[in-house]
Amino acid sequence: MPLSVQETEVKNPPVSRPPLDPHLKALENEAIHIFREVAAEFEKPVMLYSIGKDSSVLLHLARKAFYPGRVPFPLLHVDTTWKFKEMIAFRDEIAQKYDLDLVVHTNQRGKAEGVTPFTHGSALYTDIMKTEALKQALDAGGYDAAFGGARRDEEASRAKERIYSFRTPDHKWDPRNQRPELWNVYNGMIKKGESVRAFPLSNWTEVDIWRYIQAEDIPLVPLYYAAERPYVERDGMMILAEDPRLQLLPGETVQRGSIRFRTLGCFPLTGAIRSTASNLEEVIAELEIATVSERQGRAIDRDQSGSMEKKKREGYF
Amino acid sequence: MTATANNASATILPFAEPAKAVRDTRPLRLITCGSVDDGKSTLIGRLLWDTKAVKEDQAATLARDSGSQNDLGLPDFALLLDGLQAEREQGITIDVAYRYFATDRRSFIVADTPGHVQYTRNMATGASTADLAVLLADARAGLLEQTRRHATIAALMGIRQFVLAVNKFDLVNYDRAIFERISNEFREFALSLGVRQITAIPMSALKGENVVYAASSAMPWYEGPTLVEALELATVRSTQAGGFRLPVQRVSRPGESFRGYQGTVAGGSIKPGDSVAILPAGTIANVKQIVTFDLVRNAAVAGDAITLVLDRQVDVARGDVIVSLDGQPMVGHEFDAQLVSLQPGGIEPGKRYWLKSGARRQRVTIEPVSQLELSTGNWQPHASVLDMNAIGKVRLSFEEQAVFDTYEQNRATGAFILIDPDTLNTVAGGMITAKRGDLGGIHQTRSADGQRVLLSLPADLAEQLMASELFASRRDETEIRRLTAKQAAEIFTNAASDI
Repeated sequence: MPLSVQETEVKNPPVSRPPLDPHLKALENEAIHIFREVAAEFEKPVMLYSIGKDSSVLLHLARKAFYPGRVPFPLLHVDTTWKFKEMIAFRDEIAQKYDLDLVVHTNQRGKAEGVTPFTHGSALYTDIMKTEALKQALDAGGYDAAFGGARRDEEASRAKERIYSFRTPDHKWDPRNQRPELWNVYNGMIKKGESVRAFPLSNWTEVDIWRYIQAEDIPLVPLYYAAERPYVERDGMMILAEDPRLQLLPGETVQRGSIRFRTLGCFPLTGAIRSTASNLEEVIAELEIATVSERQGRAIDRDQSGSMEKKKREGYF
Repeated sequence: MTATANNASATILPFAEPAKAVRDTRPLRLITCGSVDDGKSTLIGRLLWDTKAVKEDQAATLARDSGSQNDLGLPDFALLLDGLQAEREQGITIDVAYRYFATDRRSFIVADTPGHVQYTRNMATGASTADLAVLLADARAGLLEQTRRHATIAALMGIRQFVLAVNKFDLVNYDRAIFERISNEFREFALSLGVRQITAIPMSALKGENVVYAASSAMPWYEGPTLVEALELATVRSTQAGGFRLPVQRVSRPGESFRGYQGTVAGGSIKPGDSVAILPAGTIANVKQIVTFDLVRNAAVAGDAITLVLDRQVDVARGDVIVSLDGQPMVGHEFDAQLVSLQPGGIEPGKRYWLKSGARRQRVTIEPVSQLELSTGNWQPHASVLDMNAIGKVRLSFEEQAVFDTYEQNRATGAFILIDPDTLNTVAGGMITAKRGDLGGIHQTRSADGQRVLLSLPADLAEQLMASELFASRRDETEIRRLTAKQAAEIFTNAASDI
């Protein structure tokens, strides 16, 4: 559909805001550069959209990078069917609001075999419903580049990852033999079947993400803000208790309290934190004095040291 | 932390650029280099620890993995940094890791690079984006060949700010004379590489002295900054002063009525109404609009990711460079460059490679000219394969016209990578030094055949001369001796009698 600048502005009017501080501006410029470079060099890019705060920032940057045009690639959501309900509602609302092409993929084989985080354990479940599902979706779409919102400050093996992270035809990552990456000159040449995972947020930290969300007024899933919610304590985590598929184990009771989430994934594997931070300012204030990292709430990271590297080598984002 | 520019100037040379009145708040990118046992991991661990960048759950994982703690009750910092299983197993750093920490004043991105000689290529990767290099030296051992090698590569990659961390200073009883000796030796060496901003700091990373917190009780004579203070005062490289450069990444055509050229400003600035040239074609047009998501802009400067709209229909494609009419870059088929060879196969003379610079990818053949001998800093004639980790001077021959600035003038438009057409891997990183004349002659004029001039200068004046870009670029042709005034006078007396 042909659009002029004027028509586009009417459709999604940009809002005049105070200029970003130089630190966030530099990170934003770098991310936009990466988006444009990948979109220009690859035949069929896709953006992994996990609905979380990093994905929300990633999407915002993509819209900025290609303005006044549309985002020139689809968004892919790997739906394990165990996401928080509010995430799915938010996803569909955003896709419609910003006129995005959204591809949703579920590993139907895993679903048919009844693979759940409760019955198969977090490691096997993640492998089948996330890693395997992601590879299925990438193969089905024939995508040669996939944007992800991973940041180097999240975890030790991610600290080593390139901005263009090369993958073999079966989606494997070889961390010991990565392509050198100098300046902002990225090597986008690949052979048929190979692909690249591109990470525009590589150099962002968790605080940067929150400060940017605040500065740019980016909408988020409400679960990031504290509210009175029902939860169950299990394995040292507070699990949200609103999905009927959550079966209480002997001795467990549903409690209520003011909680929120620092990261969002599958609800049975994502722990809440006690918090009264019900808006952005309070979340940032809380974050600045936080003494634990955000991935502390993720069960899949705690299996063993190096478990993220292992998952990544096999194709996990 | 009470850093002031006055304190810092105690160790920054007098002719260093004065600290800016307005503090630079952009993130500072730095690289840390050091030999294997200089305590690099401990230093970075200490930086992260004392700036509270390590969270409790990460510390718990560390404590679990390291088992034993050192005598200060701190975990093994190396485990925090070496994230790959292969690195933990072998106890060495293989690849560059990026670390993030912040103080109240600024945030920092650290490229933590391997110390082993065989991973020089990874050091070059980290250095390519850095504004400052922290070089470590063990106070007991002084400057090692590896320290000099790292300093040489860092300078070659365009880093013009060095911090020398004289580490393990507690082990030499905080002896001021040792600090003076090592820092003077380093200063002389760094000057000869063209680096003028040098800060030397005595420290103990293990004890946390002069890293984040000052150690005035242990070293009352030291009045300079702590490491973090020095980093807070450092400047980020800016290319806003030169001519406007916009390597075109993408042509945006959302509809018939709109055509915009998208890219990141790689130098200078631009505003609506300015005249520009599109290279290599040389077409001229005027800027109509600078479009960004945040409304139409009145101006854009180096670093900004923008969409440029021109006032007329011209042919502009990805890979073209939009430039100001004043101070245009070089356009031609033949260039001189320096490069670092990054892969086991090396760089082969006469082979056709892909060269990528900015958003432009084109065919090139390489002719090696000389190779840097890292132990002496001398360039040796070398026309055969440049092996992995070698640093060479080469001639580039393009099949189509290429557009470059020198790397010295513009890090974005003077840098390139080479891609092997067979493996598609990145096999070299390079920096343009000059355009060659159309007849293939050397662009710069060399002094007349065999003639030399012997100068005798006061040490401070000589140091300034040695720190100039011109001197650094031809250091291989010079000879330097440090003498007393009396010895110099004798040489000149003798020389005069020979003529």
